[in-house]
Amino acid sequence: MNAEIDLQRFLARRSFVELTARERALAILDAGSARELVGPFDRQHSVWLEMQGIVPQEDDGVVVMHGRIDGEPAVVIAIEGAFQGGSMGEVAGQKIVCALELATRDHERGRSTRPVLLFETGGVRLQEANLGLAVIAEIQSAIIALRRHVPVVAVIAGLVGCFGGMSLAAALCSRLIVTRQARLGMNGPEVIEQEAGIQEMEAADKRLIWSLIGGEQRAAVGLADDLVEDDADDIARTVRAAFREAKPVTHRTEQVDLFLDRLAAIDTDRVKDGATLRGLWGKGEAK
Amino acid sequence: MNMELDLAPGRGRIWLEALSGETGVVAGGVASVLKADATFAGEKVRFLAVVPDPASHFPRARNGEVGLEQGWTLAKYVREAIEADRGGAPRPIVAIVDVPSQAYGRREELLGIHLACAAAVDAYASARMAGHPIVALLVGKAMSGAFLAHGYQANQIIAFDDPGVMVHAMGKAAAARVTKRSVEDLDALGETVLPMSYSIRNFAKLGVLQRLIQGVKADAPDGADVDLVRAELIQAIADARAGANDLSNRLNSEAARKVRHASIEVRRLMTEQWPVN
Repeated sequence: MNAEIDLQRFLARRSFVELTARERALAILDAGSARELVGPFDRQHSVWLEMQGIVPQEDDGVVVMHGRIDGEPAVVIAIEGAFQGGSMGEVAGQKIVCALELATRDHERGRSTRPVLLFETGGVRLQEANLGLAVIAEIQSAIIALRRHVPVVAVIAGLVGCFGGMSLAAALCSRLIVTRQARLGMNGPEVIEQEAGIQEMEAADKRLIWSLIGGEQRAAVGLADDLVEDDADDIARTVRAAFREAKPVTHRTEQVDLFLDRLAAIDTDRVKDGATLRGLWGKGEAK
Repeated sequence: MNMELDLAPGRGRIWLEALSGETGVVAGGVASVLKADATFAGEKVRFLAVVPDPASHFPRARNGEVGLEQGWTLAKYVREAIEADRGGAPRPIVAIVDVPSQAYGRREELLGIHLACAAAVDAYASARMAGHPIVALLVGKAMSGAFLAHGYQANQIIAFDDPGVMVHAMGKAAAARVTKRSVEDLDALGETVLPMSYSIRNFAKLGVLQRLIQGVKADAPDGADVDLVRAELIQAIADARAGANDLSNRLNSEAARKVRHASIEVRRLMTEQWPVN
């Protein structure tokens, strides 16, 4: 690619990472089509946070917007990373579950609704521990039910990334779009360092972390589908393309024999870094 | 450096053997995932358990954690049952749950433990949606991502009323560190803020769990204990068949209507505001 053109693009782009959840949802949907469901004026916040002296937010950190993508009905579910780390509490999580289930109901009634999930989450909200975990199980179930009807398209843009039980939810989606700023992992680096020691994972070593679980690495080894620039237009275009292609999808989570064979072949003394894994699972340069 | 290894480590194995009458060891399979088919009230039931394997290929998954091999192997064994029963009677699948955590490790993250656990979630949920009654029998710890992968997609969750049985998003010591509380404060908090509790009795109040089983000797069951649990499982399988293939019973239960009323209100509003036609 030509460096000069790259520079022009770089200057013209609008960062998606820097947008709030609400702005992100608007950036994905067709202009003028969006309507927020169970928004802040419905005042659905977390009583559990209040009980623990934490100021709640009237959308509980999840924005659900109904609108259109390429003229077709769509729902965008955006998690706000700036509120409690995008963590899943009772209300936040149930907004996601219910939106996904209503999209499934639409399809069962012969009406298409295109679902998009914008992940920015550390996983369970520890202040709502068991209700957070419970609702994540429900989110996962709802994704699996919905993706039989329509591709469930997910974006992880960063900077929070996608962790904990919600990393499983992202892995269940039909199409996973990531930026270089994204991270996707089950356990946060800090937790691994704490549980397994600094020789296992040095959480402060950002270069190491991104080389293991960053968006570029995930796309390079086929654990994400599209690597995109941090550009709102680019991301919206990639989301639209995912629905247009509408090719039959074999979900990664169904490729059991492939991954069991791959794991059996792993030399655990040798495979510890991103570059080595690219040599084994890589599909060349990421798209 | 695993937290709270104060319990006998073998409950998963003990109960799989007691209920199925088999060892569950699969020739050529990973030693940490046990699978046994047993005849139960005249039908074939598949039992699955994740157990410790000190010799595991992956050093961070040797204490019964759900890691890469465990997630994918659970997916394989569940999908085998779906395939074998296609067009026939979907057999019940019982997840015997005693999982201290997911595996915390560098290789685990690199190689996609999130995907491995998601594969197990997918398999269990797909089996449920295909009509297999899925029962999670909580005999020990059901922690965080490990429980999501092994048990939390069940239509019916039943648990021993035993201090060694607990469901939580994070080990107690780690949760105390992260939320800057002492372990004692955390226990006290759980009594007022129900979802924070580590006690299985408080978990039962959330409405997600169908039944607590009283008076079972979880570490050393005798014949009467096994008979009791077998009867409970048969009941849970019948309840699963009588109910929906989704997880709606976790919101419709009497307990859920009390504790999860915010969830119910969010759903009411969302459904009301969702565009029609």
